[in-house]
Amino acid sequence: MSFGRMFFGVVRRDFLSRVRHGQDIVNPLLFFVIATSLVPIAVSPEAGRLTQLAPGMIWITALLSTLLALDGLFAEDYADGSLAQLILSPQPLWLLVLGKVFAHWLLTGLPLIVLSPLLALMLALPTSAYMPLMGGLVLGTASFSLLGAVGAALTVALRQGGMLLSLIVMPFYFPVLIFGTSVVQSAVDGVDFFPIMALLGAFFAFSLALGPIAAAASLKVGING
Amino acid sequence: MPSAISRWFHRLGSPRWFYHTSRRWLPWLAILTIALLVTGVVWGLGFAPQDARQGNSYRIIFIHVPASVLALVGYYVMAGAGAIALIWRIKMAEMVMISAAPLGAALTFLALLTGAVWAKPTWGTYWVWDARTTSMLILLFLYLGVMALGKSYAAREVAYRACAIVSLVGTVNIPIIYKSVDWWYTLHQPATIKFTSAPSMHPSMLQPLLVTTLGFYCFYALVLMLNTRAEIIGRERRAVWVRELLQ
Repeated sequence: MSFGRMFFGVVRRDFLSRVRHGQDIVNPLLFFVIATSLVPIAVSPEAGRLTQLAPGMIWITALLSTLLALDGLFAEDYADGSLAQLILSPQPLWLLVLGKVFAHWLLTGLPLIVLSPLLALMLALPTSAYMPLMGGLVLGTASFSLLGAVGAALTVALRQGGMLLSLIVMPFYFPVLIFGTSVVQSAVDGVDFFPIMALLGAFFAFSLALGPIAAAASLKVGING
Repeated sequence: MPSAISRWFHRLGSPRWFYHTSRRWLPWLAILTIALLVTGVVWGLGFAPQDARQGNSYRIIFIHVPASVLALVGYYVMAGAGAIALIWRIKMAEMVMISAAPLGAALTFLALLTGAVWAKPTWGTYWVWDARTTSMLILLFLYLGVMALGKSYAAREVAYRACAIVSLVGTVNIPIIYKSVDWWYTLHQPATIKFTSAPSMHPSMLQPLLVTTLGFYCFYALVLMLNTRAEIIGRERRAVWVRELLQ
C-alpha cells in the first residue's frame, strides 16, 4: 500500500469515528469559550483592559483546550486494541501518527480557530488583529498537537495520564506562546507581524519534522505502560 | 578499537562492575570535592575583594554561577545518557539518566533560589521575570516533567525509555526556548532594570569562581555516582550479587 493511501486511510478512519462521537468534538470548544469568559469576570469587564489581556488569554485558553483534547488522541484506539495493530503494521509508524494527529487537529484545532474571532470580539480585540490571530492559531495549534502527541503517546496506558501529559508537554509550548501572542500584539500595535509569523511557521516546521518521529518512538514505549 | 579499551567500555556497561569499581572511586572524588568547595568558598567569601558597586552581596556569585552552569550541563548529561540508552540499549546509561534528573532539578532550584536572594539587594525584589530567570524556570519544569514521568510507570524499563525520549525532545527544544525567551524579554524589558553587558571580572574574583565551579563539577559527579549506585541496587535487587551484598 502506498504511503499516501495509508496516510489518508488513517485520516479518514479517525475523522469518521470521531465525527460519529460528536460530543467529543464539542467539549474542547465549550471549554475554550467558558474559560475565556472567566477573564472579564475575574479581571475587569472594561474594554481597555480586556484589549490588553486578549492576545495572551486567547492563546492560553487555546493551549489548555488543545491539551485537554490531546488526552484522547490515542486513548480509544488503545482501549479497543487497534493501536497495537497499527504499531504492528508494516507501514512506518510516524506516518500513521501523523495521520492521526492531522485528523485530530481537523476536529479540535480547526474548530477552535473558526471560533476564535467570536472570543476576540468578546475580549474587545481590535478587528485588525483577527486575521493574524487566526493565522497564528493555525500554525500554533498544529504545533501544539504535533509536540503534544509525544506526551499523549507516552501516557496512553496510564490512568492519570491527562495531568502528566500536560506537565511533560507544556514547557515545550513556551516558544509558540511567545511568538503567537507577539503576532497578535504586533497587529494590535499596527506593526508588521510577518517576521514573527515566519518564526511561528519555522517552529511548526520543526514540530512537523520532530513530532511524529518522537511520538512513534513514544507509542512503542507507552503502550507497555 | 584496541581490545583493552573495548573491554573497559563493555565492563562499564555492567551494573555489577560499575557498582564495585565506583566504590573505589568514591572516597577520592569526595576528598577532591570537599577540598575544591572549601577552598573556593573560603577564598570567595573571605579573601576576594569587595565589589565596587555591590559591596559584599555579590559574593553569592560563588554559589549561584556554578549551580546555574551545572543545572544546564546536567540536562545535557541526562539527555546524552538517554540517547545512549535508546540507541545502544545500555542498562547503565538508563540508570545514569534517571539519576541525573533529581540532581539537575535540585541544582536548577538552587540557582533560582540564590538568584532570588541576590536579586533582593541588587534589584530590590526577589523575583524578576528577566530572560535568564525565566529560562531557568522552564528548565526546572523540564526536569520536573521527566521526574514525574519516571515515577508513573509500574515497570522501571518502560519509565527509563519514556524519560529518555522526553529528555531528548527537551534537548532539541532547549536552544529554541532560550532564544525565544531572550527575544521575548527584549520585547518587554521593563525600563527600571537595565542590563548592560557584564563587565569582565577581575582575576582576584574570577579565580575563586573557577575553583567553586570545578568543585561543583566534582560534586555533581559524586552525587550522580551515588544516585546511580542506589538505582543499581533498586533495579538489580533480584540479582544474586545484590542479594549477597545486602545480606
